[in-house]
Amino acid sequence: MPKLLPIVEFLEHGIKKPIWDCHMCGQCVLHSTGMTCPMTCPKTLRNGPCGGVRENGHCEVKPEMRCVWVKAYERKESLPLPQSWRDHYNDLRPPVNNQLKGTSSWINLITKRDQVTPAGWIVESPVQENLRAKE
Amino acid sequence: MDRRKPRAGESASEGVSNFPSRLAERFSTSERVFTIEFPSIDGGHLSDLKSRVDDLLPWFDAANATDSPAAHAHASNVAIAIALQQFGLEPILQVVCRDKNRIAIQSDIMGAALHGVRNIELLTGDDVIAGDEPEARRVFDVDSAQAIKIAATLKEGRYLSGRKFSDAPDLFIGAVENAAAPPLEYRAERVSKKVSAGARFFQLQICFHGDRLEKFVSAVNSNHPTLPLLPTVVLVKGARALKFMNENVAGIDIPAEIIAQVERSSDPKEAAYQLARAQAEHALSLPGVRGIHFTDFCHDGSLVRLMRDIGVTPRSAGKN
Repeated sequence: MPKLLPIVEFLEHGIKKPIWDCHMCGQCVLHSTGMTCPMTCPKTLRNGPCGGVRENGHCEVKPEMRCVWVKAYERKESLPLPQSWRDHYNDLRPPVNNQLKGTSSWINLITKRDQVTPAGWIVESPVQENLRAKE
Repeated sequence: MDRRKPRAGESASEGVSNFPSRLAERFSTSERVFTIEFPSIDGGHLSDLKSRVDDLLPWFDAANATDSPAAHAHASNVAIAIALQQFGLEPILQVVCRDKNRIAIQSDIMGAALHGVRNIELLTGDDVIAGDEPEARRVFDVDSAQAIKIAATLKEGRYLSGRKFSDAPDLFIGAVENAAAPPLEYRAERVSKKVSAGARFFQLQICFHGDRLEKFVSAVNSNHPTLPLLPTVVLVKGARALKFMNENVAGIDIPAEIIAQVERSSDPKEAAYQLARAQAEHALSLPGVRGIHFTDFCHDGSLVRLMRDIGVTPRSAGKN
């Protein structure tokens, strides 16, 4: 397995870089963000757009680029995605584990390594459930 | 209750860490709440700061200790918050994600809490390109929703790592949202996310689209009927400042007709004042809006005039 890792990482990057400009954060959330990579946001925001989005829907930092989160919001509806993916759009995503940068998110998904959060990060499930119920 | 009495000094000397936020107490009454963006401090002495505080004390419930706003370096958020606390003006410590990683954000909050600061407001922060050192590295290790959750974790007596500590500070956690920036339909949902992360009050970005503010506030209020919202009203001297904001502050769009209305007026300064007054009155008429957050770029007494015009009386005149 360890010998296979670089090959899988190479493969994943080879596929995801040209399509989604994948930054190999190692904890992919594309399915919940309308197949729009939040790591391409210049502020790498994982939980929605900042307050600096321009009137035309473009980025505060790169005025020539559409805001990643504006795009994500539109694509989660326009792309033919499973409803269960759309339902996760407003999830509170934990801070990025910088130790996973450069590793394969496919492997991390299988090993559940991408779901490990810091011990202090405890999400009260009833609040989340209430929130979902309202949507 | 003497609202000018510095509470931090008292509490620190008594060794009590767990007293609540006065701002939270204010929100629990039916009274309107007014907050102010404390001016950035570039240098000088604490005594200069005190005289500014003394001017604001009769009028405001709390003041924002900003965190290098518009990506310009200033005296630090924590230092200003501590000074405000000592001079008796309830601080709202702003912490932005631009300059500090998760470790530094936690240190900021706990350091300020040690001095009695209770109100912590977490926001993304303007990008470094907005400032005078655009060559700086941007951090954004965590985003605003994550930072809110981290503050909520500290309130429960543990660091993000899970390391526990005793006498957790009773933090009152706030957030910011921009009601007028795209994607408009999502902004109220984003408030819900921040509430679930732990935010308990919101200051809203300056907004020149009354209709958008109305829609946003109504959506948020129906999801969270008791959540206090403080829209921001900015006081400027005329059309030039409005144009500057429109062109240079990302996320703030000012319709051309509003700028033209001020510009073409025979008294642009008065027109700008009346614009702010109308915005404040409109915002206060919306359900869920508990008060106003002010940003004052005039520094000429207009703010006090505005407070009086919207029916606020200074505390020394008998209002508690």
